[in-house]
Amino acid sequence: MAEKITIVMSMVLVNNYVLAQFLGICPFLGVSKKLDSATGMGIAVIFVMVLATAATWPIMQVLKQFEIGYLQTVVFILIIAALVQLVEMMLKKFIPSLHKALGVYLPLITTNCAVLGVCISNIDAGYNYINSLFNAAGAGLGFLLAMVLFAGVRQKLETATGVPEAFKGVPITLITAAMLSMGFMGFSGLFQ
Amino acid sequence: MLTPILIVVAIGLVAAGMLTIASKVFFVPVDETFATLRAELPGANCGACGYAGCDDYANAMADDHTVSCTKCPVGGPDVAAKLAEILGVEAGGAERDVAVVQCYGTNHATKKIMEYAGIQTCSAAKQFFGGVSACPYGCIGLGDCERVCEFDAIKVIDGVAQVDRDACVACGMCAKACPNSVIRISTEKNKVIVQCRSIAAGAEVRKVCSNGCIGCKMCEKACKFDAVHVEDNLAFIDPEKCKNCGACAKVCPTYAIVNMRKPPVKKAPVKKDAAKETTAA
Repeated sequence: MAEKITIVMSMVLVNNYVLAQFLGICPFLGVSKKLDSATGMGIAVIFVMVLATAATWPIMQVLKQFEIGYLQTVVFILIIAALVQLVEMMLKKFIPSLHKALGVYLPLITTNCAVLGVCISNIDAGYNYINSLFNAAGAGLGFLLAMVLFAGVRQKLETATGVPEAFKGVPITLITAAMLSMGFMGFSGLFQ
Repeated sequence: MLTPILIVVAIGLVAAGMLTIASKVFFVPVDETFATLRAELPGANCGACGYAGCDDYANAMADDHTVSCTKCPVGGPDVAAKLAEILGVEAGGAERDVAVVQCYGTNHATKKIMEYAGIQTCSAAKQFFGGVSACPYGCIGLGDCERVCEFDAIKVIDGVAQVDRDACVACGMCAKACPNSVIRISTEKNKVIVQCRSIAAGAEVRKVCSNGCIGCKMCEKACKFDAVHVEDNLAFIDPEKCKNCGACAKVCPTYAIVNMRKPPVKKAPVKKDAAKETTAA
């Protein structure tokens, strides 16, 4: 159990996908303007990451069997895209409220590189099935944490008056993201 | 060589089959009104209507027929008319809106109280002692509205924002950007408008601006349709009752009420005279 906690915590803090490994920057900058939509996106990502890992890990074993591991990326993208579509249909049918809350973010996640990243890194790290799932959940939690932190900062930035004219808008947003990322560097070396 | 191709094709086929079956099994009947409404919208998903995208806006209209069908600035009046037709809303619901600037404090009419050299935006100027103009209610004239307008419909001319009523699509961006809330969205058919929103007493207004409403109630008496009323020292025209006759604009001693059907061309010399008077006084 301690191992699993280590995996999750290291994904959330030390190897945070957005702030330490720079994956999934597009939604990080695109959907972090409002706190509630950032939270929605974060939760949707956790959901899809765990599901995608659950689906891709067994497929990888099949690929390994036939010694065609080099097709990993292509096959994973195929599976993730199909999976997200399937999940969207099921949510629409059975949990319309959740479908409405996640809204446009669910199909957007199909093209989120962090999801593909977590599937591939699970294989590269040689995790077993259960540990892979924990790793995916940790990665998703880390994404949610980064989104929520950044959305909070950005909402303050919107009303900040001290920002120089030249830095208003995107520039100050990118600088803030860099600072946040540097803050997360402090966690490096926390776990062996 | 053949195995990898076959495997990827097989995975693709399985996924495709699964999705096909799933789309039948998990089919959710879509509201027909929604589908037709959505088909009319441009699909730009720009969010200018205030909803999260075209789907969301179509949904809102289908659920609640009181939601205005004129909110799409991309589609403009054509789309609005089509939407109104689908929803069965009366033509009245599809009336075009435009932005109205409730200030005509031109450089000649009003004065600046300082030489403002700070950041050249209205919102920055507003935070600095409430703005550069002598009138605390009026247009600051640094063009925050001009910068947010994506349709080139509002321009600061002669120190005051002026709307090109043909180009305006009533997206409301300028109204949101204006720190003094000088701009409001109104129906296009109302062509006689009060171009002042100062609620200060008449004498106060006289001191700072020669185009401001002094609350003299001349317009109230001139109106045959009971459409104009002065409240809080400011004339207000009821858009429902106004017939655009322009009688109030004719009697207004300060040019606070303007008839947009006849752009105030003849006024230019009068304004200069008024400005001279104020500077002389």
